[in-house]
Amino acid sequence: MSGSTIIFYMLAALTLVSGLFAVGTRQIFRAAIFLLFSLIGVAGLYFWMQYEFIAAVQIVVYVGGITVLIIFSIFLTQQAGEKMPKQKLTRQIFSALAAFCGFALIILQVFQHTFIGTTNNAEEPNVTNIGNQMLGVNKSGYALPFEVVSMLLLAALIGCIVIAMKPKPQTV
Amino acid sequence: MLNATYIVLIPLLPLAAFLLLGLFGRKYFKNSSGIIATILLLAATVLAMYTAYGYFFEYGKVNGIYEKLVPLKYTWLQFSEGVSIDMGVLLDPITCMMLLVITFVSLMVHIYSLAYMKGEKRFATYYSFLGLFTFSMLALVLSSNIFQIYIFWELVGVSSFLLIGFYYDKPSAVAACKKAFIVTRFADLGFLIGILMLSFYAGTLDFNTLVERLTSPGSAELNTALSSSFMGISALTWAMILVFMGAAGKSAMFPLQIWLPDAMEGPTPVSALIHAATMVVAGVFLVARLFPVFALSAPEALQLVAYVGAISALLAAIIACTQTDIKRILAFSTISQIGYMMFALGVSKYGGESGLGYTASMFHLFTHAMFKALLFLGAGSVIHFIHSNEMKDMGGLRKYLPVTHITFLIACLAIAGIPPFAGFFSKEEILSAAYQNNIIIYWIGLFTSGLTAFYMFRLYFGIFWSKAPSLKERAGGEAHAHGEGGFAMLLPLILLGIGAAAAGFIPFGNFVSSDGTPLESPFHLNMTIAPVAFGLIGIFFAMWLYKKQNNKPDKIAASINGLYKAAWNKFYFDELYLFVTKKILFNLVARPAAWIDKNVVDGLVNATGNTTMFISKKIKGMQSGKVQQYAAYFLVAAIAMAVLFIYWWK
Amino acid sequence: MMQPGLYHILFISTALFFIGVFGFFTRRNLITMLMSVELILNSVNLNFIAFNKYLWADKLDGLFFTIFIIAIAAAEAAVAIAIIINLYRSHHSIDVDNAEEMKY
Repeated sequence: MSGSTIIFYMLAALTLVSGLFAVGTRQIFRAAIFLLFSLIGVAGLYFWMQYEFIAAVQIVVYVGGITVLIIFSIFLTQQAGEKMPKQKLTRQIFSALAAFCGFALIILQVFQHTFIGTTNNAEEPNVTNIGNQMLGVNKSGYALPFEVVSMLLLAALIGCIVIAMKPKPQTV
Repeated sequence: MLNATYIVLIPLLPLAAFLLLGLFGRKYFKNSSGIIATILLLAATVLAMYTAYGYFFEYGKVNGIYEKLVPLKYTWLQFSEGVSIDMGVLLDPITCMMLLVITFVSLMVHIYSLAYMKGEKRFATYYSFLGLFTFSMLALVLSSNIFQIYIFWELVGVSSFLLIGFYYDKPSAVAACKKAFIVTRFADLGFLIGILMLSFYAGTLDFNTLVERLTSPGSAELNTALSSSFMGISALTWAMILVFMGAAGKSAMFPLQIWLPDAMEGPTPVSALIHAATMVVAGVFLVARLFPVFALSAPEALQLVAYVGAISALLAAIIACTQTDIKRILAFSTISQIGYMMFALGVSKYGGESGLGYTASMFHLFTHAMFKALLFLGAGSVIHFIHSNEMKDMGGLRKYLPVTHITFLIACLAIAGIPPFAGFFSKEEILSAAYQNNIIIYWIGLFTSGLTAFYMFRLYFGIFWSKAPSLKERAGGEAHAHGEGGFAMLLPLILLGIGAAAAGFIPFGNFVSSDGTPLESPFHLNMTIAPVAFGLIGIFFAMWLYKKQNNKPDKIAASINGLYKAAWNKFYFDELYLFVTKKILFNLVARPAAWIDKNVVDGLVNATGNTTMFISKKIKGMQSGKVQQYAAYFLVAAIAMAVLFIYWWK
Repeated sequence: MMQPGLYHILFISTALFFIGVFGFFTRRNLITMLMSVELILNSVNLNFIAFNKYLWADKLDGLFFTIFIIAIAAAEAAVAIAIIINLYRSHHSIDVDNAEEMKY
C-alpha cells in the first residue's frame, strides 16, 4: 500500500462523492461548491498522473473561470437562498436506473477489453514539448486547431454579449 | 353512286342541329332555331330519299337479290383478333326504308312544332333534342356492327328521356321520363348479355359476318352455339331471347309496356315522332335485322316473339277501349300495332314465299308510321285547341277543326284496315302470314283488329261528333281566339294524310323481304273479307255507342264490371311493378346494400382514420417540449442499440 | 492492493460520466443542469489523459484534446449562461419545466 495508491483513492473519493452531492443537493449554492470540489479532485488526479500542465489549466479555467461564472449566474437569477423543488420520484428512479444500466454496460465492456498500447519511449508532457507541438506546423502540429479555437472563443464572446443584451428601450 | 359521304351526312345533319342549337341556341337563335333545324332536316330527308332511290333502283339489286352493302367501315376498338367494335354504315332494304320513314316523319314533326311549340321558352333546346334524337335513330338503323347499334340504342333512350321530361317542372313528367329510361335500361341489360353471348359464339360483332356464321348450316360457330345448352335450351336460343328482351323493352311489349303510356307526358309532337313512328319500332327493327338467326337457328325464340307480340296486341287493345285520355288511347294503340309487327315477324319463316311475315311486318311498320304520326299530330291539334287531353272535354269539334277532322278520319280508317287506305294492305298481309303458320295467332289478330276499329272510332266519334254539354261556350269562345292552328300545323297533317291513304299501293314485297329476293305478295280476296268485316263491325258498334251522347256505354261497362275495371286500371301492371320494386327490391336488396355501404365500407374507412388519429395522439405526447425527456430517450436508445450491437449482432 | 492503473481511472471517469447523466435528467434548474454537463465533460477529459498516459505515452494527442475540450467547454458554459439569463428575463424563472413551448 504505497502512498500514491492512498492518495489516488482519496482523490477518487473526493471527486465522486463531491459529484454525487453536486447533483443531489437541494441548495443551489452548495451544488456549485460541490462542483468546485469535484473539479479540484479531477485536477488532483491530473497531478497524480503527473500531467501538471493540464492540472494547472484545469484549475485556472474550470475552477477559477467556469465555476465562478456559474456562481455569478446564480446570483444574477436570484436563486441563492431558497431550496430547490424536489423532482418527481418516478423521474428520479427512472433516471437512476437508466444511468446505472449505462454504467454497468460500459464497465462490463471496459473490464473485458484488453487495452494494447504502444511500447515506445514516453514523451515527457512538459511545457516545452507541449508548446512545440501546439504551435507546430508539421504533421502532428496543432497550430490550425489552436487558431480555430481562438476564433471560436471570439465568436462565443460576441454571441454571449448579443444574447444577454438588454433589449433597447423604444425611442418614443 | 355508292358514295358513302352523303350517306354519312344523313345522320350528321341532325347532329349538327343538335350541337348548334344546344350550344348556341338559347342566346343567338332564340326564334330561328326551328327554321334552322327544319332546313337541316329537309336536307337530310332529301339525301335519304336520294340514297333510297339509289339503293332500290340502281345499285342495290345484284343478280336479282337485294344485297347488304357496307360502303363504310372503320375499326374503332379492337378487342381481339376477330372481335372489334367498328363504326360503319350498312345499307339493306330495311335500312333504306327506315331512313325514309325516320327523316320524313321527323321533318313533319319539325314543321308541326314550329307552330305547336311557338312561344315556348326553351324553343331552341326542344329542337336540339329533336336533332339529337333524329341523329341517334338514323345512326341506329345505319349501324353495321351490333355494338354500334347498342351504342345508338342507348343514345335513343337518352334522347327519349330528355324529350319526355321536357317539361321538367311537372313532377309527373319527371316520373315518366325516369320510368321510361329505367325500364328500357333494364331491358337493355338483357340486350347486352345477348350481344356478349352472340359475339362469343360467333367470334365477331359485325352484323354480316355474325349472321353468316350463325346461320350457314355446318359452320363451326353454329354448332358450338347450338350444342352448349342451359336448362334444355341451346345457348344461341338464350342469346336470341335476351336480345329480344331488349327489343321488347324498347318497343313496349308485354310485360315491359308500362313506360309508354306514361311517356305521353312529353309534348305531343314528341309523342308523334318517338313513341309512335320511330323509337318504339327500333325493337322490331332489331328483330328484323337479326331475323335470319332467329328463323334459321333459334326458332323457339321466334315463337316467343310471336306470342309476346300477339299478347301485347290483344292486351293493349282491350285496355284502350276503356281509357279516356286521347294520348293514352293512342299510346295503347301503338303498343297494339307494334304487337302486330312483332307477331308478324314471329310467324314468318326465312326465304321466298314463306317469308311473307317479314315483309308484312316491315310494310306495317311503314304504314303505321304514317297514320300513327298523323293521329298524334291530329290529337295535338285538338289539344292545342281545347287545352285538355280528356275526352270528356271534347265533342262536336268537326265544325271548328275541319282539316284535322278529315285527316284524323283518314288515319282512323287506315288503322282500322278499311280499303283502300294503307292499313288495309299491311294488315291483310300480316293476317295472311299468320293464317299460314299459326292459327291461334291468326284469330287473336283478327279479334284485335276488330277491337282496334272499335276503340279508334270511339275516339273519333268522341272527339268530333258527340257533344259534351259544356262545349258550346268553350268552343265558341276559343274558336275565335285561335282557329285551327297555322299552316305549319296543317301541312304535316295533309302530307301524312296523303301518305296514309296512298302508301298501301306500294308493292312492298318487291323491295323488302326476308332474304332479299323480291316477293310477290299475292292478293287473296277470301283472306281480306274477314279483317274488313271485323273492322266494319267495330266501326258500327262504336258509331252506335258514341256518335250521339247517351248512356249505353255506361250500361255495358256496368255489365262487365270486373273486366272493365281491370282494363281501366291497365290490368294492374304498374301496381305489380311498384310492389316488386318497393317491397322486394328495395327492402331485400337495396336496404341491406345501403346498410353495408354505410356501416361496413364507410365504417372500415372511418375506423382506419380514427385509429390513425388515436395512435398519432398518443405518439404526439412524446414531443413534450421537455429537454430532459428528450435526453432520457436518447440515452435509453443509445444503451439499447449498444446492447443490441454488442451482444446480438454477430 | 495493486497499483492503480488504467482500469481504475476508467472506472472513475465512467462513474463521473453517469453521475453527470443522472444529474442532467433529474435536476429541475437550468444552472444545475449546466453543472451536470460540466461533470460529463470532465469525465471525458479524464479518459483522454488516462489513455494518453497509459497507452500512448509517446504522443501528446490526448493532452491536446483535453486542452481543446477545456477551452470549448468554457465557451459553451458562457453561451449557456447567456441563454439562461435571456430565458430568465422572459419567463422569470429558470425552471426547465416552464420552458416547454416547443411541444405539440
